[in-house]
This record gives sequence, C-alpha cells and structure tokens, in this order.
Amino acid sequence: MQKVFARPATLRETGFHFCPGCHHGIAHRLLCETLDHFDLQEKAIGVPGVGCGVFLYDYVAIDTCEAPHGRATAVATGIKRVLPEHFVFTYQGDGDLAAIGIAEVIHTANRGENVTVLFINNSVYGMTGGQMAPTTLLGQRTTTSPSGRDHHNDGYPLRMTEMLAPLEGVAFAARVCLHTPAHVKKARRALQRAFEAQLDKRGFSFVEFLSACPTNWGLAPQQCIKHIDEKVLPAFPPGIYKDTGAGAGQDTGTEGE
Amino acid sequence: MMRGSIALAEGAITAGCRYYFGYPITPQNEISEHLSALLPEVGGVFMQAESEIASINMLLGAAAVGARAMTSSSGPGISLMQEGLSYMAGSELPALIVNITRLGPGLGGIAACQGDYWQATRGGGHGDYRIIVLAPNSVQEMYSLTIKAFHLADKFRNPAMILADAILGQMKEPVTLSPPEVEIPAKPWALTGAKGRNPQLIKSLFLADGEMEKHIRHMHEKYRRLEETEVLVETDLEEQMDLLLVSFGSCSRMVASAVALARSRGFRVGLVRPITLFPFPADTVRQVSRLAGKVLTVEMNTGQMWDDVRLSVYPGCQCRLLARPGGSIPTPYQILEEIEKFIKAGDSLAKSVR
Repeated sequence: MQKVFARPATLRETGFHFCPGCHHGIAHRLLCETLDHFDLQEKAIGVPGVGCGVFLYDYVAIDTCEAPHGRATAVATGIKRVLPEHFVFTYQGDGDLAAIGIAEVIHTANRGENVTVLFINNSVYGMTGGQMAPTTLLGQRTTTSPSGRDHHNDGYPLRMTEMLAPLEGVAFAARVCLHTPAHVKKARRALQRAFEAQLDKRGFSFVEFLSACPTNWGLAPQQCIKHIDEKVLPAFPPGIYKDTGAGAGQDTGTEGE
Repeated sequence: MMRGSIALAEGAITAGCRYYFGYPITPQNEISEHLSALLPEVGGVFMQAESEIASINMLLGAAAVGARAMTSSSGPGISLMQEGLSYMAGSELPALIVNITRLGPGLGGIAACQGDYWQATRGGGHGDYRIIVLAPNSVQEMYSLTIKAFHLADKFRNPAMILADAILGQMKEPVTLSPPEVEIPAKPWALTGAKGRNPQLIKSLFLADGEMEKHIRHMHEKYRRLEETEVLVETDLEEQMDLLLVSFGSCSRMVASAVALARSRGFRVGLVRPITLFPFPADTVRQVSRLAGKVLTVEMNTGQMWDDVRLSVYPGCQCRLLARPGGSIPTPYQILEEIEKFIKAGDSLAKSVR
C-alpha cells in the first residue's frame, strides 16, 4: 500500500502540550513539512520566542536557541551574520513580536536581514493566561480588558504584515490562517515562498498565521473557527502582501488539490 | 602611542574576534568607530544595532553559534543589556561586553567614575549568576586584558566584561602588541546545524522540578573554579607595613603615585590592585591585610569595592574608605593626607566621602 501521509522527518515523535483546538500544532507541522521540503534539517537554526511557542525544540528536531522575550529577530540576526549559509528562522507570538519585540522586528525587516519570521497571531497573550495583546480585536474581552478592548484606552489592533510589507528590506510578507484545510494549503504555499526568499538571499520574509486560542477566548474549538471567519478575518485580511520572487501573483496556493 | 579605546579594539582583533554589535554612546564611540573600519578588512562583521537591547541579543545569537564576538557601551547602555546578560549567563554563552563607564544614576555625565562596580560584579541582571570582570589600569592592559577576557569567556562558557572608564578610554600610552591568534577553542555545544549529530539546544529555561537548582549549582561550581584558578592581582608591598591600600582601575594609578610619595616620607605602605574584580582577590587581601593591620580603600564612587575588601580582610583589621564619587578624582596628595591620618589614628570602619 502506498503511504500518502506521514509524520515529517523533522517533527519529533511526541505529543504536543498545546490545548485542544489550538493552531500551534498545525503551524508546527507546516514548519516541519517545509523544512523537509527544502531538505533543511541539517542547516536550519530556529529561534523560538517567549510564549506558548517556546517549546519548539521539544517538537522540531533541529538546532534551536531560546531568545529573551521579544528579542528573537535580534538573536536570529546574530546567528545569520555568523552563518550566512544556514537557514535561520524565528517563531514568535503576537505579544512577543508585536509588543515587546516590535523595534527588533521592524529593524530586522528594514535591514533586509535574510531570515524568516513565523508570526503566530491569536490576539491574546496565551501562556500568561489570556491578557490583552496589541492584536486583540476591538471589543474583545481578555483578562486585562474585562469590558472589551476600547480604543480610547487601549488603542487599535496592530496589523504587522501591512506595517512590514512596504519596507524595502522585505522580500516576502503574507498573512494566512489555519482554520480550514483550504486555508492550511494556502498557508503551506506561503511558507514555502517565504523559505524561498531566504534561500534565494532576497531578504526578510514574514508569514503571519491567524490562530485560535480556545482556552483564552473562552470558546470551543468549533466556535473558534466561526469566530475567525466572522470577527478575525475582517480585522486581519489574509493574503500575500509582498512577494519579490519569480512567478509572484500567479500562485493560488491550490495546486496539488 | 595608542589611545585606550583603540588599544581595546586592536586587542579584540588580535584575539580573533570577528563580530561586533553595538549602539552609539559616549564615552566609548572610538571603539565602535575603529572596529567599523577594521572588521570588514579582516573578513568580520560590524553591526550598528537599533538599541543596546538589540546589540546584546545579536551578541547572544553570534555566541550561540560559536563565534568570538563582542559589544561595547557605557552605563545607561549596559543597564539595557542586563536582560541579555542574564540570559547569556543562564545559557552559558561566552562573549565580551565592554563597559567604559560614565556617571550615574540616570543620564549622569560622561566623566570618569567607578560607580558600576556593583552592577558588574554582582551579576547586574535578574537571577543567581556572575560574570567575569577585568579592570585594566593602563592602555597596555586595555589591549592585553581584552585578549585575556575572550580566553576566560571561552574557557568557562560565561560572559566576560572589561570595566574601564573615560580616563582609560581616552588617554594615550605606549602599547606592545602581540601576534594575532588564529585558533579559537572548539565549541562542541555551539549550534551549527544538526549535521551528523543530534539537534542541540541553547536555553536558560528549566521548568522541571529540581532542574533549575541543578543548573545554578553547576554554574556556581564554575564560579568557584574561577575563584580558585583565575584571580589576577597586582601587589606592591614592603616587608613591614603600617598600612595597605586597595584600589582598582584608573584610580589605582593615582594611588600608586600616593604610595611613592608616602614612602619618600618614610611611611611603610603597600598596594593591592585587583585586576579581576570577579573573581575578587580575596585571599591576597586577607593575607596582606594581616601584615598591615590597617586597610585604606580608594575608589571613584561612594564605596562599592569596599564591600569586597571588608569581606576579605583578616579579622580585626581596621578599614577606611576614601571615596570620590560623581566624576571627581582623588589626587595623590589627598590620598597621602588620608594615609598619614589613618596611620596616626586608631579608629576603625570610618568612611570618608568627600
């Protein structure tokens, strides 16, 4: 019998610690599939930020370096400048990247640093228990916005992909989501394009993954999918915001279906 | 003749350092300006980061993959780096951090001062750790101790710091250069891609029960070995002494002049100059203070190394402090006056802040 679906070689044989319905597991799997696709197991160095994604090294069988909260892109810069032929990426949440680490990511992008950023946006601080993040939707209740996020007090949701895409150092910027199989396929293709940007030495590449956090949203996994469609996607429109690679724009992300 | 900052930069190149990450701050810009020209010539990388926070984390990344790398800054910038320093100590990453100090707290000023002694020698960031701290007192040592600091950092897998000030950074003195080093010790722990071996991990997070205590005990075992084997201290002693002076860095140059003056007037005095501030030369201070009975610490702060001196002296010794904080410099004659007063007086544990 032909095997058509298998565990990626870079994904360790262990269960995820993530909550049921969390999309980190899907993002991890896509990361591993893409590492395998480009045969990068022996030359990849990953930098997980602080948050639920910090245990990346428990699941992805490559060299990894922890970074202080928000500093992953600076750490990745130091690594890439010493080892320019290695494949270097960060894996950061929205608190890590869009709040405390926003200076580091903007300057890393603006330098055209040849690294790839996987940005998990679930609109809350997950690991610390569901506090308001820069990406929290207007009206969204969190443990530190109990009446819902109010722009008079808390400002507006920060759209990182739109902010970074116009910078000249950015080679690829996309926002994808993981709540339906069709979207997962588009996400896989976007991640491949981002990896290609680094492998072609075209500069900084960025993929934002809209993800569910059932525990801190207070919603069942199925309700999360509906919430993403109805509330998250209007605030954070998915799409390829920049692609400097050959064949850009012709790629629907549906081939192989 | 060479300026102290330039000698330090040249020492880094001699030691095989090829990566520099930094952010402008007075009074140490000559280091980064010099390295921005030198490093590309030797195949290295000079990077001006967007902040000291980014600098120290770029340094963390470079150290994690095994490079010999450094940053330099001054007080306020070093404060911003404390988070990264704590992570580097916890992750056991070797690198050089240079602090050409300025006045503080706050924006302070740019004159010479030794007010960062506690921050440097007590760890500085959060957690239970130490960094290696070397304190040059000449332009020659700005060069040679920089080379030494890279060696110690690699040998002990720990961040090392050069603690100097604007006097040492700006003054010019003759320097003897050493042949360049090409070999850097093997770092089998470094991240180089999981080729032909299992994946490796650099981390400071230890959540499992007892794991963190085990890690901290391992780090402190390393610090004990540093104290046993790597103390550097300079002494200028007499067979019979009525008073011992202790001073480090630029201040020790003024104290050395005062020692010569005092001896010319018939006073029997000695000088201990800690070169490594961590590990502190506690044994030397204990042995020599026993011979002298009286110990005068001279510092350009309100009395920081004085803590370590008092912890180290032979029990029963009388201790005094001559402190000049805020950018003031003790003159040899002021120190001489204190020497005379202390030798003639009998009280103990008195502070003299001027």
